[in-house]
Amino acid sequence: MKYICLVYVEEKVLNALPKTERKLLSDESMAYCDRLQKMGQLLAASPLHPVETATTVRNRDGKASTTDGPFAETKEQLGGFLMIDVRDLNDAIRIASNFPAARIGSIEVRPMKELGCAD
Amino acid sequence: MSDVVEQTLARVEETYRSESRHVLATLIRLLHDFDLAEEALHEAFAAAVEQWPRDGIPANPRTWLVSAGRFKAIDVIRRRARYDASLGELAKSMEIASAETPEEHHESVEDDRLRLIFTCCHPALPPEAQVPMTLREVCNLTTEEIARAFLTKPGTIAQRIVRAKAKIRDARIPYEVPPPSGLQARLDNVLRVVYLVFNEGYSASSGTLLTRADLSGEAIRLGRLLLELLPEPEVLGLLALMLLQESRRAARTSPDGDLILLEQQDRSLWNRAQITEGITLVERALSSRRFGPYTIQAAIAAVHAEALDAGKTDWAQIVGLYDVLMRADPSPVVELNRAVAVGMRDGPLAGLILIENILQRGDLDNYHLAHSARAELCRRVGKMEDAKVSYKRALALAQQEPERRFLERRLAELSHMMS
Repeated sequence: MKYICLVYVEEKVLNALPKTERKLLSDESMAYCDRLQKMGQLLAASPLHPVETATTVRNRDGKASTTDGPFAETKEQLGGFLMIDVRDLNDAIRIASNFPAARIGSIEVRPMKELGCAD
Repeated sequence: MSDVVEQTLARVEETYRSESRHVLATLIRLLHDFDLAEEALHEAFAAAVEQWPRDGIPANPRTWLVSAGRFKAIDVIRRRARYDASLGELAKSMEIASAETPEEHHESVEDDRLRLIFTCCHPALPPEAQVPMTLREVCNLTTEEIARAFLTKPGTIAQRIVRAKAKIRDARIPYEVPPPSGLQARLDNVLRVVYLVFNEGYSASSGTLLTRADLSGEAIRLGRLLLELLPEPEVLGLLALMLLQESRRAARTSPDGDLILLEQQDRSLWNRAQITEGITLVERALSSRRFGPYTIQAAIAAVHAEALDAGKTDWAQIVGLYDVLMRADPSPVVELNRAVAVGMRDGPLAGLILIENILQRGDLDNYHLAHSARAELCRRVGKMEDAKVSYKRALALAQQEPERRFLERRLAELSHMMS
C-alpha cells in the first residue's frame, strides 16, 4: 500500500531552534530517508520552502486566479512530505512516528488511491 | 539480472512469507519492543536482498535473519542516540546483551510464537484490541484487511493496534508464556479470541453477508498453530468445534444468501473431511478427562454431524451433553439451547415451558434467538398468536439481513396459515 505522509510544523517553532539543532534535525531526516530508500519503502520525499513562497491557484468557469500564500491560515504549515510504499497502515504509522519532525510537528498519514480518482 | 540472482531473490521473498512472523516473534523477545522489532525485521530482509545474492543463502535463514535483525536494531538505537543522548546507554546495554545471548535453537523460536500469541491476547489489553493485534502480528493480516473483515475503518483498527503496543511497552506487559499456575486462565482468553475471530467469520454480527469465510479460515489456522504449540485438551476441543461448524458452511445458506436451519440443511453438502477430523479431535479431547466447554460444545456438534438426516439425531445424547455443559459453563444461552434440545427429545411443549421460564427471568429478553426459538415451539404446539408475537419481537432485535429475511418468511407463512 502506498501512503503519503504530510509533515506539518509550526514554522515559528522551527525558526526558533538554534542553528546546530536545525542542522541535526535535517541530517537525521536525510539519514532516515536514505534508510527507507534502501529498504525499498520510500517512493519520494522532500522538504518544502516556507509557506510565504506558496501560491494558491483556482480555475472557475475558465477563469484562472492566483492568490498569494496558503489556502487557509493554520497554526502548523505543510513543511514537507514522504511518499512511502509499505505493508499496511500500522507500518506507515510506525515509519511516520519515527520521522524526526514528528517530535516537533505532526504528520498526517493518508492512504493513496490505487486506481484513478473515483472510488 | 542473472538467473542465480533472480532465484536467490525469489528465495528471499519465499522466506519472507514463511519466516517473517517467526523472526518477528523472536526479535520482539530480544528487543522488548514491537516497533523496533518490526523495523529490525525490515532491515534484516533488506540486508538479505543485498547479501544473499552475493554470499549465497545461509544454511539457516531464520537464525541469520534474527541475528541480522538484532544488529540492525542496535544500529537503529545507536543512530537515534546521536540525536538523543538518553539512548546511548540503551544501545550499549543491548550490545552487551546480544554478545551474551547464546545461539537460538528451534524450540525457543517456537516458544516465541506462543509468547506472541499470549501477549497479543493479554487480558490487560482492551478486548477490542486483542483480536486485531492477533490477526496482524500472528496471522500476518494487514490493518486494511482486518478493517475490511470487521466492516470498520482502517484508521480505527490502526489506532487500537498503536495503543495496544504502547500499553505493552509502557505497562511492561511481559512477553511470556504464562507459568503453569496461571496458564489455564490465560489460555481461556486466547481461545476466546480465536473463537471470536471464527464467529465473526461464521455468523457475522452485522451486514448483508451471513458469513465471512476468510476470517473463519484464519481462526482455524490459528487453532492449528495453537494445537501444534500447546496441545491442551481445550485447544483440541476448540479446533474440533470450529471444524465441525465450518463443515456445514456450504449447507447453511441458500444460493440467494438465505439462512437454512440445521434440520433443513442438505447434509450431503457437509464437508466430510472436516467432520472426520473434528470427530477425531473431540475424541482425543474427551479421553484426556480434563476437557472444558469447547470440547463439550464440539461433542454436541459431533452428535449432529453423525446423524445422516435430521430425524436420526440422538437428542437424548445432546440433552445429556447440555447438562454437562450447564455444569461446566452455565449461561442463559446454554440453557436456551438445552431447552430447544429438550423440546426435540420430549416434544415442543416440554421445551416451551423451559423457554418461558428463561424469558420470564428477563435474562435473554434482548436476544433475538430466544424469541425465535419460543416462536418456533409455539407454532409447533399450535399457539399461533403467541408465535406471531415472538417472531415480531425477534425481527425487531435481529441485526443481520439473512436472519431478518428468514424471520419475515416465517411471519408470512404464519399469517397465511391463520387467514
